[in-house]
Amino acid sequence: MTDRAETLARLLELIAPYNVRGVELSETTRFAEDLELDSLTVMDLVANIEDAWDINLPLNLLPELETVGQVADAVVRLAAR
Amino acid sequence: MTDLLAKFDRFAAEHQTLLDAGLLDPFGVVMEEVLSPTRAVIGGRETILVGTYNYMGMTFEPSVLAAAKAAIDRFGAGSTGSRVLNGTFAAHVGVEAALREFYAMDHAIVFSTGYQANLGMVSTLAGKGDVIVLDADSHASIYDGCKLGHAEVVRFRHNDAADLDRRLGRLPKEAGRLVVLEGVYSMLGDVAPLKELVAVAKAHGAMVLVDEAHAMGFFGPHGRGVYEAQGLEGEVDFVVGTFSKSVGTVGGFAVSNHPKFEILRLVTNPYRFTASLPPAVVAAAEASIRCLMRAADKRERLWAATRALHAGLREAGFRLATETAESAIIAVLMPDQEATVAMWDALLRHGIYVNMSRPPATPAGVFLLRCSLSSEHSREDVATIVDRFIEARASLAAAAAA
Repeated sequence: MTDRAETLARLLELIAPYNVRGVELSETTRFAEDLELDSLTVMDLVANIEDAWDINLPLNLLPELETVGQVADAVVRLAAR
Repeated sequence: MTDLLAKFDRFAAEHQTLLDAGLLDPFGVVMEEVLSPTRAVIGGRETILVGTYNYMGMTFEPSVLAAAKAAIDRFGAGSTGSRVLNGTFAAHVGVEAALREFYAMDHAIVFSTGYQANLGMVSTLAGKGDVIVLDADSHASIYDGCKLGHAEVVRFRHNDAADLDRRLGRLPKEAGRLVVLEGVYSMLGDVAPLKELVAVAKAHGAMVLVDEAHAMGFFGPHGRGVYEAQGLEGEVDFVVGTFSKSVGTVGGFAVSNHPKFEILRLVTNPYRFTASLPPAVVAAAEASIRCLMRAADKRERLWAATRALHAGLREAGFRLATETAESAIIAVLMPDQEATVAMWDALLRHGIYVNMSRPPATPAGVFLLRCSLSSEHSREDVATIVDRFIEARASLAAAAAA
């Protein structure tokens, strides 16, 4: 599951339950501005992403990951490691 | 010019809404006079304190006050310096000796606050290339310690040993690991399954730091904390604690048997780049810690008060965060912010002070009225606290019906 398109598709599934505002989800969806996720929701989502790919997504990376696409890139990179 | 404070407008507006509703400010309580570990004058009224973490009731202990006064006469009001320059007095050495004795450990290092103890220990122990694995519900001082250092930071789900195991298993073999845990989590008052968590950490070759801030004095045969109560002496590499709860003054510390521990004094910024504690404070802390070595009676009273409050509030129909009185923190679960603030306000008007807690300090979406007990709360106090909770709730129901 390291293929970029597959990763993105799975990622969108994981994010869907947190999309309480019902915005259209895509590569460019921003976690803070579009989804308005608070830090505690982010914590939950990150743990789910980590378990889906059996990776650790260090907290240090989170400030750089503003969009869904950026997270997909990070997951692909970390899963290949 | 961009107004740098504008980013806080949302919080300011929220706070203002609360004040405009005529409610007392939960973040602006002033104690005009403190009468005892369990009583203060707030808004001109004698109030029972049920949210001060003054677990062992040491703030007015005669031997503690005498030691503080004597230290002022002997050393003056302050040290005006860092521990590694001119800020180490006999009083600082004395409190570190008392800590070594209390914990039966080889080394003790005292910081100016508990916050700085975590900041210093977490940021310094784990460096570049190392990984910190911490419980998701960790205190802000632990998170801030992570931010101050250069290690990678990974969270595991609260108190979940299997989750910790998975995350440690994903780390590269060569990385140094520090697992950071707390004995008692201060928001819900729940106790960590340290036995399981520490076993997992050790199986993965991690060093373990446990923050026992909310357990000192009344967990374990010597009051060392949850790690002692669960039989983990010799398993935990570093124990962090505070003087601002059971000890009854202010300051933070770490104790350890690690043979290289003392070098931390020279390399830990939150230790060496701040002024040391005032002599009166460390002298009070030493006297208090020595009292806590023989405080079986206080400990029994604290647990009795805690169990009685848990039972009383539950019987009165309040929802509590833990099934049993796991620690000396009893957290009352509230449905939302509005109800929490209203009940907090009603309680204070009924002469009861508790802590109001809300996200992000609390775990996901939880609103709390947090009670913490003291050994000095009498049986009658606990009964009064429960009665006032019931009366406060009734006053809100009456106001809503009117």
